[in-house]
Amino acid sequence: MKSLDDLKKIRDAAQRKVTMRGKNEGTRILVGMATCGISAGARPVMNKLVEDIAEKDIPNVTVTPVGCIGECAIEPIVEVLEGEKRTTYCRVDVDVAERIINEHIIGGKVVQDNLIGKYRL
Amino acid sequence: MIERAHVLICSGSMCVSRGAKSLRSEFEEHLTRLGIRDEIKLVNTGCVGLCEQGPFVIIYPEGVFYALVKNKDIKTICEEHLYKGRIVEKLVFDEAMTDEKEIKAFDEIKFYSKQTRVALRNCGLINPDDIEEYIARDGYRGLGKALLEMTPLEVIEEMQASGLRGRGGGGFPTGLKWKFAYQNESDQKFVICNADEGDPGAFMDRALLEGDPHAVLEGLMIAGYAIGADKGYIYVRIEYPTAIEKLKIAISQAKELGLLGKNIFGSGFDFDIEIRLGAGAFVCGEETALIASIEGGRGMSRNKPPFPAAKGLWGKPTIINNVETLANVSAILYIGAKEFAKIGTEKSKGTKVFSLGGNIKNAGLVEVPMGTTLREVIYEIGGGIPQNKQLKAVQTGGPSGGAIPESLLDMPIEYETLVEAGSMMGSGGMVVIDEDNCMVDICRFYLEFTVDESCGKCTPCREGTKKMYEMLEIISSGEGTLEDIDRLEKLAKMVKSSSLCGLGQAAPNPILSMLEHFREEFEAHVVDKRCPGGVCKPLIHLEITKDCIGCTKCATNCPVDCISGSIKQLHEIDTSACIKCGICKNICPVDAIISV
Repeated sequence: MKSLDDLKKIRDAAQRKVTMRGKNEGTRILVGMATCGISAGARPVMNKLVEDIAEKDIPNVTVTPVGCIGECAIEPIVEVLEGEKRTTYCRVDVDVAERIINEHIIGGKVVQDNLIGKYRL
Repeated sequence: MIERAHVLICSGSMCVSRGAKSLRSEFEEHLTRLGIRDEIKLVNTGCVGLCEQGPFVIIYPEGVFYALVKNKDIKTICEEHLYKGRIVEKLVFDEAMTDEKEIKAFDEIKFYSKQTRVALRNCGLINPDDIEEYIARDGYRGLGKALLEMTPLEVIEEMQASGLRGRGGGGFPTGLKWKFAYQNESDQKFVICNADEGDPGAFMDRALLEGDPHAVLEGLMIAGYAIGADKGYIYVRIEYPTAIEKLKIAISQAKELGLLGKNIFGSGFDFDIEIRLGAGAFVCGEETALIASIEGGRGMSRNKPPFPAAKGLWGKPTIINNVETLANVSAILYIGAKEFAKIGTEKSKGTKVFSLGGNIKNAGLVEVPMGTTLREVIYEIGGGIPQNKQLKAVQTGGPSGGAIPESLLDMPIEYETLVEAGSMMGSGGMVVIDEDNCMVDICRFYLEFTVDESCGKCTPCREGTKKMYEMLEIISSGEGTLEDIDRLEKLAKMVKSSSLCGLGQAAPNPILSMLEHFREEFEAHVVDKRCPGGVCKPLIHLEITKDCIGCTKCATNCPVDCISGSIKQLHEIDTSACIKCGICKNICPVDAIISV
């Protein structure tokens, strides 16, 4: 350890290891991961979301698997919660997951194509 | 693979003794079977604090708090929570569930929301075996700041400005202690971390060393820099094997990163730390006895002055700080004295860690701002007394402290107020005593401890504690007189004023404070030959009342066959043969057996 900068480098790299543990007041992405969701392919979707968030170093976004949302026919379902605002996507695959990150989370624009309203009104 | 969830497994000694050791391998097995092992990070942390409900598993990002977790539960947690995202409600800590079946995060639970964590800031949150997790939580920033931006004198001034006082019991201002050692010129100086936690019922230091060893190491290094020492010792009792292991790992990791050793942060400051194991003698928590023990001698105290800050280890200026004090030091350097001094009261700054035990629902480790009332700690954080029993007193400071009666519970916790109430802060043991306890018996317990632990060097302590113990025995056997109580009080005051070191000076405290607040209980033993708490066996007489239905349960279960009577007839106890074990009283279906 030769300087405070050395310490800061270790700190910045290590911080990713622990940021998950604490109050999560930012955006939450919920992935429906009950049996139906998993069989419809929710697991690779969730993994993709987690990886992209880490790779692009997006702060204050967590991905949480949740239970059955109830719309088994249009799984996998992904919900984005920003405070009170809730956006529900369905029939999400890996490509859509990438779009959600790029267009919605980073760009702030909802991915219209997969909104639940397209399938159920 | 990036981990999407962190599973924190409490691996403090308490949880390990309750079966937490094999939880990790269970997780490994089931996560691997489900094919999601690499998505989940498993972290063994230090003490989470709520020991009564352990072992714990906390799962982030949700912060779900599972309590009383057993091996067989891991399969369910893996399959339901981690695989399918369904929180296993039946395993969630009771108080973490709202009436609407919503689940509160770990830090929203009342037990935690009332606490302020400074010394325990990382306990239960990081993996103590991974220095990077400590650094990620801004660890070693305080040390860097001290070495590169401050002179030793400035560090001492910062410590004085913070108002930090020793957390080991005495409450001496830490900055002032450092200043004395700083001013004493010498070719060699030492700093010592006192981890010889000896109070029965205290486990704050153990939990800190196990859960966040780097916080203590960093504090010790800062202390070394401030007084001009390049060598530090950690004196820890051999009864704390996990703490020792964590310390060893922490020291070797700090050395690897160059945070210990030569020229730290390129500042020219060298520092080395050595662990010294104590055999577990209470007196070695006293500074001069501790120094004698490190030097290889018998753990006995000596006269002060000279104080260790002038002539300590091997005759060199030495400061000795308690584990919790040092964990506060590293926090102060990082957050700044000003921020720290905002916590607490005028004369007692910061927080204090207590190990809450005895007759209390949420036994465990709590850290509260100074000035919090005892009532808040016991009822709001501790959850009150089990079975809605009446609280009789709170013993703080262990065998050196005293009992605070229920009438003083609204007193704020400060060094001075506790002393005024006849007790002391001590290192932080807090034992809650309910109505079913006998104060004479508790005094006897503490005196038995101090008799054992007295080093024997000075007469008042060696003979006095023994005599006081014998007098308590006489009182609790019902053979005592009112004069015995007066003589006990007189002797207690004498031992307090004439003993050589803190052990003897404080040993009479339980007796004096209990005589002050609970004298009528002592008098009941000698005048009425009655033990109000129903504890002192020679004073218990069991009797069967007319309510007896003759079920024979008591007679069948009596270990000495001293109960006679036939079916559906009133039974009788032969009191000459009765050993007063109380089994009959507990087993009677109609409560017909009473102690008189």
